[in-house]
Amino acid sequence: MCLAVPGKVTSIDGNQADVDFGGVVRKVNVSLVEATVGEWVVVHAGFAIEKMDEEEAKETLELWNDLLDQEEEL
Amino acid sequence: MFRLRNEVAAQRILDSIRKEDVNLRFMHVCGTHQDTLVRFGLDPMLREVGIEIRQGPGCPVCVTTTAEVANAIALAEAGRTIAVFGDMLKVPTPIGSLGDAKARGHDVRIVYSVEDAVRLSSEVKHMVFMGIGFETTSPTTAAVMVEKLPDNFSVYSCHRLLPPALHAIINMGEFRIDGLIEPGHVSAIIGVDPYQVFSTKYGIPQVVTGFEPLDLLMAVHMLVKQIKEGRAQVENEYGRLVKKEGNPKAIKLLERVFRPVDSAWRGFPMIPQSAYDLKEEFDDHNARLVHEDVLKDRPPVEEEHRGCRCGEVLRGIIESHECPAFGKGCTPRYPMGPCMVSREGGCNIAFRYQGKM
Repeated sequence: MCLAVPGKVTSIDGNQADVDFGGVVRKVNVSLVEATVGEWVVVHAGFAIEKMDEEEAKETLELWNDLLDQEEEL
Repeated sequence: MFRLRNEVAAQRILDSIRKEDVNLRFMHVCGTHQDTLVRFGLDPMLREVGIEIRQGPGCPVCVTTTAEVANAIALAEAGRTIAVFGDMLKVPTPIGSLGDAKARGHDVRIVYSVEDAVRLSSEVKHMVFMGIGFETTSPTTAAVMVEKLPDNFSVYSCHRLLPPALHAIINMGEFRIDGLIEPGHVSAIIGVDPYQVFSTKYGIPQVVTGFEPLDLLMAVHMLVKQIKEGRAQVENEYGRLVKKEGNPKAIKLLERVFRPVDSAWRGFPMIPQSAYDLKEEFDDHNARLVHEDVLKDRPPVEEEHRGCRCGEVLRGIIESHECPAFGKGCTPRYPMGPCMVSREGGCNIAFRYQGKM
């Protein structure tokens, strides 16, 4: 139920947007987020529930790398 | 390139947990977390390094009560069209399932989104959308309520709030919880703050996390670290999606459309302020009022099928395979309870992947 899938916004018309899920494009309601074309959103039950933060995603990966590197050194 | 499913990284995280030499029990409250744990075989790997993870009441279909499902069936039998998410169809009740009602010719529609139900209203006399789900899903219902709605569209709200259930399970104290893994997509809406109380009041370490195998392993790693360092805080591993304040637009909509009410959950006694009913402003679209003639004076139904231990699975007291009916009298084809029906239910997940366990 709480399964949500990330996709990229390709066009927006009012509350409805085209979102590209790795090649499959579907209409998604974007009224719950302030999304613009080119941004990533996470979609649940036909609605974008939040934007995916690309910078944060990179930071998470860096954090993991750092943490694992530190432990490797210990 | 470091990927979310990097096996080497996974092994390193497991090794670092093993070094801590712990024996801990964590709880998560999300069917999608359970799916990741079992599908990727993380559950046995974590047990080997001293971590047991139980699924709590984190499956919306599962926590919906038999009475609620029976009411939806009664509405269908009374000539209303019921729109539901597919997972609800096979939940058994003493008067059958919504799927049985459909097979008998009553109008039960499977929808992917509440918007589908609104659109279908033009084809039918009375459309009732059965709204289930936690704070991930309730904003989608709220979003359509503030738009112009067809006169014949109503919502039978069975939406639940997650934090009150966490309060309930901690206060019931049926087993030790050393740490909580909080659900990423509920948290994307409500943010991190609603969980603070469980750390400050009860001293439970918590991590909000995502749904990739490494997200879950990192969450476990972070919980172990908190425990070893004597800390109890809410940490956010899923910063790529979850903001501290959540999604303010969605929260505002929830506050505008819904009011929290006391509610029973499957497997639990009444949990205070744990469900959403529509506010008065939406009375004209509240199925409980619009179709009161059908719903009033409904006979009480027995909540659990005799022999079904779904309630105990939902409270994390037993694991699916400890139920004598698991895989015998109760299978996804012939489920005795919703934990075997829903793809987010612990029993369904265990049954589907047991070959990989």
